[in-house]
Amino acid sequence: MTADILNEAEITTRVRSVIRRHARLPIDVDELADDADLFQAGMTSHASVSVMLALEEEFDLEFPDSMLTRRMFESIASITSAVGTVTEAGA
Amino acid sequence: MQTEAAIDVDHDTFLKDLIAEGLLIPSGTAGVYGTNSVFEKVRLAVDDAATSLADPREAERLRFPPVLPRRHLETSGYLRSFPHLLGSVFAFDGSERDAVEQEARASEHGDWSEFQRMTDLVLLPAACYPVYPAIAERGPLPPGGITVETGGACVFRSEPSEDPARLQSFHMHEHVRIGEPEAVKAWREQWSHRALAFLTDLRLEVFLQPASDPFFGRSGRMLASSQLQQELKLEIVTPISADEPTAIASLNYHQDHFATRFGLVTSEGEMAHTACVGFGEERIVLALLRTHGFDPATWPIEVRGRLWGEA
Repeated sequence: MTADILNEAEITTRVRSVIRRHARLPIDVDELADDADLFQAGMTSHASVSVMLALEEEFDLEFPDSMLTRRMFESIASITSAVGTVTEAGA
Repeated sequence: MQTEAAIDVDHDTFLKDLIAEGLLIPSGTAGVYGTNSVFEKVRLAVDDAATSLADPREAERLRFPPVLPRRHLETSGYLRSFPHLLGSVFAFDGSERDAVEQEARASEHGDWSEFQRMTDLVLLPAACYPVYPAIAERGPLPPGGITVETGGACVFRSEPSEDPARLQSFHMHEHVRIGEPEAVKAWREQWSHRALAFLTDLRLEVFLQPASDPFFGRSGRMLASSQLQQELKLEIVTPISADEPTAIASLNYHQDHFATRFGLVTSEGEMAHTACVGFGEERIVLALLRTHGFDPATWPIEVRGRLWGEA
């Protein structure tokens, strides 16, 4: 992994952009706080898979199997933290 | 729970014994067996008993063939979750010359796939799949929704295994509920008790536990995690032949997955929810044979009574 270490604000912005394009939410992602539950906001399990695959492309990374859980993808904050962990580990 | 005739749990031994007794007839392909009249007599009794679990006034009895129109399969989303398990039906498409060449290659067990073309059919992957489009075709549901019983439908899963409890072609018997979300949730709860009581009546050592489907790939891990966390799938398991207990029944709450795909709406015009309860008939027979021995005439009287009404 050759990705630069990204700062959290930058990751959050790009995560929000991926969610806007792939989570198929019935509301605008800007209405959601970083810690809002995306599944309660209307993201389906299948949409969460699309988000996962899009994040891997966006950040050029591969989440380890242990991180492929519903909990890891339940909020913008938890996704940002997961992306941060993986990019840092691989940098 | 073990009787004198109980069988070793190791599946190699169990499989060898089943074959030696003539209960299973190997085909040369893993997970595909013929059965003898003893096995079939038990399976049909399990099938009847599973039908009788629902009052005919409560459930509509519908029967479907072991093939499904490909269009329904495509609509269902099955290929997204289980692309590795589906069997598709192909048939000859070619000239007379092609037919000769096809036969020449086939007679030497060579590759004759180039003369085959996908048809409009796939093999039925689960008993409930034809139910959703059939009910959706009727228009909005009646108030309170609907319950359908499918009988033991012949289904296919492309997963060759030496474990006799993991067949590629087997009978799945389902009860399907389509209705308002709260009614569907309550129905599954009620059926978890009903199914457990039935299998306990058969003197099987059973446990109810949350489970996940064998979704495909890395994205499948995510789906499985979601399913487990929300307890959308419950399984009734019992020891058969593998190290881990095997599921002989499952209770699945699909939320609005099938309803949105097939357009199932309640009498109020809201999106319906669906759930199903499935019994693996061969697995139940195998569990009975393992637990009570290979001769049903020697099984506990309560078990024979439950299956054949013997007093």
